[in-house]
Amino acid sequence: MIESSDIVVELTGVSKVFGLSGGRAAGGTVEALTGIDLSVRRGEFISLIGPSGCGKSTLLRLVGDLTSSTGGTVMVNGKTAERARLDRDYGMVFQAPVLFDWRTVQKNVELPLEITGRSKAEREAKAREMLALVELSEFTDHQPWQLSGGMQQRVAIARALALDPAILLMDEPFGALDEMTRERMNLELLRIWDRTGTTVIFVTHSIPEAVFLSTRVVVMSARPGRITRVVPIDLPRERSVETREMERYFELVTAVREGLRDGEGGAGVAPSARVRAEGLSA
Amino acid sequence: MTSELNDPGVEPVTGIDDVPDGAVPDARLSRAEVELDQDLEAYQPPTPRAVAATRRAWVRPLIGFISIVVAIGLIWEGAKWIGGDPWDVSSILGIPVSIVHTPPFEWKPVNDINLPHTWLIVESFFATDANGETLFQGLLGAALFTFRGAILGFFLGATVGMVLAIVLIHVRFLERALLPLLVASQTVPIIAIAPVIVVGLKAGWLSIAIVASYLTFFPVTIAAIRGMRSADPRAFELLRSYAARDRTVLWRLRLPASAPYLFTAFKIGATASVVGAIVGELPSGIRDGLGGTLLTAMQYYSIQPERLWAAIAMSALLGIGCFMLVVLAEHWTLRNYRPTEPGAAA
Amino acid sequence: MTVAHAEPVDAARGWSLGAQVREWVPALAFFVGAILAWELLVRILGIKQFILPSPVAIANAVVTYFPELWQSATYTLVEILLGLAIGVVAGLLAGMVTAHFGAFRESVLPFAIAANSVPIIAFAPIFNNWFGIDKQLSKAMVAAVICFFPVMINTVRGLTSASPAALELMRSFAATDAQILRKVRFPAALPYIFTALRVATTLATIGAIIGEYFGAPKVSLGQYIVTYSSYLNFERSWAAIVFACAIGITLYIAVVVVERIVAPWTTDRTTRAG
Repeated sequence: MIESSDIVVELTGVSKVFGLSGGRAAGGTVEALTGIDLSVRRGEFISLIGPSGCGKSTLLRLVGDLTSSTGGTVMVNGKTAERARLDRDYGMVFQAPVLFDWRTVQKNVELPLEITGRSKAEREAKAREMLALVELSEFTDHQPWQLSGGMQQRVAIARALALDPAILLMDEPFGALDEMTRERMNLELLRIWDRTGTTVIFVTHSIPEAVFLSTRVVVMSARPGRITRVVPIDLPRERSVETREMERYFELVTAVREGLRDGEGGAGVAPSARVRAEGLSA
Repeated sequence: MTSELNDPGVEPVTGIDDVPDGAVPDARLSRAEVELDQDLEAYQPPTPRAVAATRRAWVRPLIGFISIVVAIGLIWEGAKWIGGDPWDVSSILGIPVSIVHTPPFEWKPVNDINLPHTWLIVESFFATDANGETLFQGLLGAALFTFRGAILGFFLGATVGMVLAIVLIHVRFLERALLPLLVASQTVPIIAIAPVIVVGLKAGWLSIAIVASYLTFFPVTIAAIRGMRSADPRAFELLRSYAARDRTVLWRLRLPASAPYLFTAFKIGATASVVGAIVGELPSGIRDGLGGTLLTAMQYYSIQPERLWAAIAMSALLGIGCFMLVVLAEHWTLRNYRPTEPGAAA
Repeated sequence: MTVAHAEPVDAARGWSLGAQVREWVPALAFFVGAILAWELLVRILGIKQFILPSPVAIANAVVTYFPELWQSATYTLVEILLGLAIGVVAGLLAGMVTAHFGAFRESVLPFAIAANSVPIIAFAPIFNNWFGIDKQLSKAMVAAVICFFPVMINTVRGLTSASPAALELMRSFAATDAQILRKVRFPAALPYIFTALRVATTLATIGAIIGEYFGAPKVSLGQYIVTYSSYLNFERSWAAIVFACAIGITLYIAVVVVERIVAPWTTDRTTRAG
């Protein structure tokens, strides 16, 4: 029996339409999301996966109150998304590291701590603790440009965790990295997740990554985005390089892939069903 | 394993080693070049190009321009209303009015000598002198005189600049020797040499063009070199794979790539040429151009302050006019280029 | 997977002093060579000084007339510094105001760009009349107006250059507008502002000296150049021009040094590909 207090993010009937406010968008309005119902429990690792333009990033931003929904409700940590943002209940990692050139690595991690008015000693201690967590302790006084892309993202992760948020929102953070670095970063992320116990909502394009990292994979359809399938990942909690070679892993990847194919026709209709329907009307 | 992750060298750097035949450029920037890019941008930032070049793109700036000019006019007269000489106006631009007003304060900078009424300046354009010529015609003639010197100098400087840039691109050791000097020339008031050139060469009108030409030459050379090196290194590699000759690479890749940079330099050069032409006239005793007109008007300022302001207005129009010519040329030439965001570096 | 660096990278700075010096050696060699060639040319062809003076003669003039040249240079330097102070401060303020009000910005910025192409020196006679032809303030005002627009335009560009991603990041931290200004917009604007300052030093120097061509006390550097040119005494004109160039270079380098101290991150990237 799931306690309601265990649900950290709840989306009910959420929809998002762009261009409604009479903007001069060439194509008029765009319906990005429709009828999204999703509950995320504390401590879960949820991946959102779907084709380009399916609205997964928009969904993440709705949770983060970086955009507002046009229908439905978004509850984060028992509050409205806006309240959660103002209370700084989550940390966000974007596709680009977005580190400030003019700050050292450590001062970049201190940024949220400055914004919340922590004392200098507190800030420095916490920043160092976070950098140790992402194993970048030797680079505290480096400039961001001196680090590789993967390292910069780790700094971004350290920064996102600096306020000990309940939720971590990640928008394709490893998208710009090559495959091998990506796989290593996945292991890093799982290790960090294990240490902090944060709830993670992770947006990705990569099926292997989604299956490898998550406790559940949420598959979305093409625009207008809706949830076509939720695949629970019952792989052992301890994931490693060997996990990627397990048969169950391949089965789950296939399940996710099929879910994606189902969503390609839009409106969650399985392609085989569509063909049959067209055959009848011909 | 994390030690592998911690190697900053994992990030690929698109530095391509210099190939002896010069077809592939050294992609690393020197500090001077970085600063230079920024300096060129500082003088004249890129004109925002509308993606769909709609006619309406210039409406808003034009309205803004006109409103600012009107606002300046209102502030001007407003200041005179508050602190200038007593007003006793019976006609404005031929329209009979009756404005009599004594300003409450007395403030010298806005009296009738220092800040003549705006309509008087406009009216002075139409005043005829002893030869039956209006001031406007006189000023226009002076402006054309200056313009001839400026434009000749501009084309001379731009041409020599581009030729030199092409030479430097292909002769590396010359470039290493000259480019830092060219960059340094931007920090130095080269225009100060104008009197020496003008008096020393005794070439009259031609020496004015020479002043304009060397003011244009330096920024154009630098921009051309930067621009010709600015193309994607992979484009160079592509042409190399076609065994393209240097001339082809120049014509088909380097020159088109340098166009945006060149226009930035042309804008600087156009403005500098006008300034150079005016300045060149000052020590030369030439009175036919705007420089001479300004000097004369300055001498008679206490008698007829409006004439100096009229001369200044004409100079401003000349400067803006030359600038707009370059902007128009830029819009037409670069119409198919990827647009830059307003306010962003090119 | 390890990749060796192409050249040693200083941990704190991305460039090395050695590379900087090496960059300048060919240019300095060329410069010295050009001076020598000039000298030889004058001697061999026997060019009279009132056509083209020799470098040695110019150097002589610098030494011989040093006191009066120094006096002229310092007189003009006051105008330049005063003009810089006024123009830069005014430009920064105008830029900050313009950047803050978006609608304002769209109409003002094109005006500023067009106004930048007006030959400001045409205003020199007016300033001479307003502030006194014999006062340094009149030339300082020419210098101030010349550098006002580039500083303003670049301040606007700098303050609007913060990336949308950085702004979104700050929003995700629920940062206040004041915090965003202090922590993101202002540091992002610094490189642009310093670029404008570098340009402003050159412009202010030009403005002051050209302003002096329109009329100024004999002691000013501009009048020195013009007067001795008219006497066909080009050695002394060139000597004064040397001083003018020295002022320009010194001010430029001063700004560069301040920039390296205050905003070192702007040029640390130079060893990376553009």
